[in-house]
Amino acid sequence: MSTAELTRIKSDKVVDARGTACPGPLLAAKKAIGELETGQVMEVYSSDEGTKVDIPKWCGKMGHEYMGVVDSDSYFSVFLKKA
Amino acid sequence: MQTTPPPDNGSDQLSMVVFSGDFDKILAAMIIALGAAAYDMKVNLFFTFWAINALRASDKKAKGKNFISKMFGFMMPKGPDKLALSKLQMAGIGPALIKGLMKKQGVASLPEMLKTAGELGVQINICEMSMNLMGFKKEEMMDYPHLQYCGVATFLSDAQDSKVQLFI
Repeated sequence: MSTAELTRIKSDKVVDARGTACPGPLLAAKKAIGELETGQVMEVYSSDEGTKVDIPKWCGKMGHEYMGVVDSDSYFSVFLKKA
Repeated sequence: MQTTPPPDNGSDQLSMVVFSGDFDKILAAMIIALGAAAYDMKVNLFFTFWAINALRASDKKAKGKNFISKMFGFMMPKGPDKLALSKLQMAGIGPALIKGLMKKQGVASLPEMLKTAGELGVQINICEMSMNLMGFKKEEMMDYPHLQYCGVATFLSDAQDSKVQLFI
């Protein structure tokens, strides 16, 4: 999805993992996804650059739909949809 | 964090021998273990030889040890906060620097990672033979929710059912 499309999305859950390093954001995502229903959208805030590569990989294995990433000033938001 | 271990779904399993007692290598082992747990893999860690130092409780003591066991226990690091680096130990300055950097950069500490591992159902097995060799006793190991004592057969059995097997 494009950045413009992603920024219009209202996430069902926002996980703030900013300030934590690997594997912090991944564990935060794993913890939070259990609280979502299938089809709901989660947004993970991270400042750990590796997360941009890790979360899509994790989504691919776990079956969740990786939607994209939006950069902000000092962090970025990763969007995914729970399978 | 989920409190129950993930279901045992056959080959979606990681089995890792944790042999080294170096701070940096234990850190790598724990990061991989937690990552695997995030993948809902069943994780089995087999702590043997020097790595067992990382599981010693700093506030526990065992009675009835002979002289050599006492000496071993005295000379080796007691718990995850006392481990030495494999490089740049510099008489303890290295670990202090690394721990400071980890805190600054938001990397969880070893004790925190062990706590998270417990919450995610990571199984920790201690090689009883090497524990006895080094003169450690069960009562001086840390409280961990999924801890058992076993031998090589348990590792091989779990490793055969694992997609990922590692030795650190």
